[in-house]
This record gives sequence, C-alpha cells and structure tokens, in this order.
Amino acid sequence: MHQYIPNTVDDQRKMLAELGLGTFEELLTLIPDGIRFKGDLPLAAGVSELEHKSTVSELSRSGVSTSSHVSFLGAGSYDHYIPQIVDFLTARSEFYTAYTPYQAEVSQGTLQAMFEYQSMICELTGMDISNASLYDGASALAEACLLAVRHTQRHRILIAETVNPVYREVAETYGQALDVKYETLSNGNRQINLAELSAMDLSDVAAVVVQTPNFFGTLEDVSAIKKAMGESGTLLITINNPISLALLKSPAELGADISVGEGQTLGAHQSFGGPYLGFMAVKIAFARKIPGRIIGETVDNQGRRAFVMVLRTREQDIRRERASSNICSNQGLLALTACIYMAALGKRGLREVAELSTQKAHYLADEIGQIPGFGVKGNSLFFNEFVVTCPIPAKTLIERAGAVGFLAGVAVEDFFPGSPNELLVAVTEKRTRSELDRFINFLKTIS
Amino acid sequence: MNVPENLKYTEEHEWIKVDQNIATVGVTDYAQGELGDVVFVEMPTLGKSFKKGDVVASIEAVKTVAEVYLPVSGKVVELNDALNDAPESINEDAFGNGWMFKIEMSDPSELDSLMTAERYKDLIE
Repeated sequence: MHQYIPNTVDDQRKMLAELGLGTFEELLTLIPDGIRFKGDLPLAAGVSELEHKSTVSELSRSGVSTSSHVSFLGAGSYDHYIPQIVDFLTARSEFYTAYTPYQAEVSQGTLQAMFEYQSMICELTGMDISNASLYDGASALAEACLLAVRHTQRHRILIAETVNPVYREVAETYGQALDVKYETLSNGNRQINLAELSAMDLSDVAAVVVQTPNFFGTLEDVSAIKKAMGESGTLLITINNPISLALLKSPAELGADISVGEGQTLGAHQSFGGPYLGFMAVKIAFARKIPGRIIGETVDNQGRRAFVMVLRTREQDIRRERASSNICSNQGLLALTACIYMAALGKRGLREVAELSTQKAHYLADEIGQIPGFGVKGNSLFFNEFVVTCPIPAKTLIERAGAVGFLAGVAVEDFFPGSPNELLVAVTEKRTRSELDRFINFLKTIS
Repeated sequence: MNVPENLKYTEEHEWIKVDQNIATVGVTDYAQGELGDVVFVEMPTLGKSFKKGDVVASIEAVKTVAEVYLPVSGKVVELNDALNDAPESINEDAFGNGWMFKIEMSDPSELDSLMTAERYKDLIE
C-alpha cells in the first residue's frame, strides 16, 4: 500500500478491471501528451525520521520569526500576546478537527461559542448584529461593499486612499462580475480629504469606505466624514481594528452603518498571513442583507436556553442566486479563538492591551522623532502604528535591522510606490521598554 | 379553498385587483398556506417602475422564501406598510389586510393574459 493513498495493489486492480483498463497509465491517456509528466518525479530517496527532523530543524533555525526577532511589523497583522489558554482550548480535538457543523442544532456548544463571539463583536462595534465571521478582513470589506450595493441599488463605491491597498484589491475582485465601480477618495496628510468629500455628489454612491486607524496608523475623523456625507442615503463602511475599539468610540456611535475588520489581533497567530478572521457587524436595518451565518438565542420545547441558526433565508441553500452571499460557511475555529481570547482578557484586559499598545507606540514615535535624520509623519492621532521617514531607503534599513534582531516594520513603498524612505512601524503591548530603547539606539546608528 | 371571483390570478400565485388603472397585488390564500408562517415581507421601492414578470418583492417564511413577480407592468405607487409590523396578515387575510402593494399600470392590456378565478381554481386543485 502507498504511504498516503489508502488502497492496496489488489484494490487498484479491481478498480481498473471495473473500468476495463489494465494499468493505471491507461487511465491517464485522456490527459494530452504535451502536458503529461512521464517517468518518476525527481525526488530524493527517502530519509529516516531522525534525519528528516534534523534537516527541518536546521532549515527552521535559519528563518526569522517573531520569537527570534523583536517585531514592529503591522500593516494589518499584529504581534499581540496570545495567552496560553487560547491555544490550549482551541487545540482540543472537538474544536480543532471540526469543520462547519452540518447538523448545526446538535452542536449546541459550537453554536453557543459563535453566539458569544457575535455578542462580543457587537459590544466592541456598538452594532446590532454580527455574523459568525468571514474569511478575513479583506473579504469582509468586499462583502460589506456588496451589501451596500444590494441595499442602495447603486454601483459606485468611494474607497479612501488610506485604506489598506490589499483590502481594496480583494474588494475590487469581488465586485468585478457585479459591475461595482470603485473610486478613490484622496488623502491629504494621511487622512481623508474632508473638503473633497463634502463637495461630492453622492446621490449614486452606494458606500463610502474608511479605515480607522487607517493603513498609515492615523485615526480618521469618522463623525466628520459621516457629517460630510449628508443625507445622501450612502452607507458608511468602517474598517476597524477590534483591539482599538476597547479604547476608542465605537463605529456605531460615530455613525457607521457597517463595521468590518481583521480579527487576527484577537488571539490568532500571525503565521504567514492566515488563516485569519473577518468580522462584520451591522445596524439592524441590514439584518436581512448581511452575509454569512448568524447564530441566535432561543428556548427549546422545554423552555431551556438554546441556540439556533437564524435568518437562514438569506443563505445560498435556500435563496439560491438571490442569496446575500455565496458564503454559507464561516471561519469557525478562528472565531472561537477570538471568543476565547476576548473572554480570557475580559473588558479590562482588552482595554489594557489597547492602552499599553498606544502608550508604547507613542513613546517610540516621540523618541524616533528626536533622532537626527528621522521624522514621524502625519498628525499625532494614531493608535499603535505610525509612519517614520528614514534618512535611508526603508528597505535598506529593514535589512540592516534584521541583521541585529529587529523586524523593523513594513516598507510603505511596497504599497504606495514613490515613498522609498517611509517605514510603517507598529507597536504592541508585547514590546518592553528595553526592546524599544534598543531599537531607538539601533536607529541612532543609521544615517 | 378561498378564491374570490372578482380578482385576477397568476401562475405564481399572485392575485390582482383592478380599480381604474391602479392594480392592488397580493399573494393567494393557497400560496400563504404553502409557505407557512410569514415572518417578513421585503417590499419593492416606492415610485420605481417595473416590467411584468420582474421580481419585485419577497415573502419570508420560517424555512423558505418566495419571490413575488409583478403581474402587470407599471409604477409602484403604494406599499402596505402595516406588513412591516404584522407580516402574519398575509397568513390571516391574504386577500384583504395581506395586500402588498399598488401598481399604476402602464399597459392594462396585460390583464388579459392573467387567469380568472375559475382557471386559478383548476390550477391549485
């Protein structure tokens, strides 16, 4: 029997006989000759487990991670501390091996976890309804835009230039077949240009999309943006960092209709960009237009508290092509992770994470601003991330920092060509005073 | 089965009542019985014009949802807002309080293609 294919030579012979074929090769004759690989794959001979392990460990030692280096990486993914209990509980096999429950109501535990997750997302965003999660922040934005298009029957979306460009790319990809037009709302000094927005005719605009803190870390003036939008009937979509909401006014309070964002900060490892968690919360008016699964609380036939999937008629299996989304699934394990993380930290803990991140980021920004040749751009209204103007190209600085144990940040150039010396620096509660001071001392050696 | 004589019907189980060039539209008693408890009604946009056969509204029951097709072309001139708070009116009084919206007809000759009460009775029996 093959190591990874669970059938024997005898099984294979029987299956081939059933098909009237003699060999496995005959089965492949339908694949055109030109694109068919023949012969043996050029793989080395097998090695023992011991040899394999030591090779892999050696490879892994040559890599760089947030454990080997002090990380200031951000731009959508942040190095927050993950309490032991989060990994311990989510790694339980009941959770870890389960995909979406198809006999949902039997899985009361899973449904309750999703319900708690939704409730906490609603508390953070101030919104009325949260779904049970989407794939990641970018796809959550894409779905929010489609919701706005469905609701308003308009096809233009104004998206701030200060929104993470990767999110915009995903939203545009989703919108292609649906004739959604994305237009840019320009920025002045790393913030939305309010004057430009006020002067615009929004009567055929489905939504305005704003990220706060935005890609550059700066907070946008959401209530002023809402005001500038007037009575246009245009929806306001905000992309929020859920950790920041422990400290800042909620998007609902500031006038947003839909709040979406990346939930990686809520207990998920950065990994290599995923799997992450998209959250989406809306005002009650959009209850029947929100995509994804929603869990509700009810009572069973004996009056006991129970959980069920609600507003199911929005979904694909019932509504077919008129469903609110093609997504009938959710990012269950990551939503559970977020749920456990938020429950473990509690209201105070979450606020502490937000406060410490802010204080440390501002300390670092202040200190960097005093180093000759360096500048901290934009205004001081930022949460845990800011742009540093360096005396040398950011990419060169990142390389030199890597050699001495720092992941210095993200080069803005990679997202906004034309700004080679700008470095996006993020600070979380994990950074110690001594790490920050060591980084400052390193920067002082750069000129 | 209740099928009033003075109305016109569609194969998709809508009824239509004509008064001059205004047509009142709802779904039939048979349709509501098939759907079960109605929990929500999504209405067309007031003032918007549609063509015969367009999907203009939907009726959401506990486990399913039914689209409502426009029986005749025209402009939506009135909505039964009472259904927002009492969607169950469709179950309780499909031909009365359960009416959904009114259409100002742009081509009344389209009425000829609709079914009489008698033919509709044949359809559902």
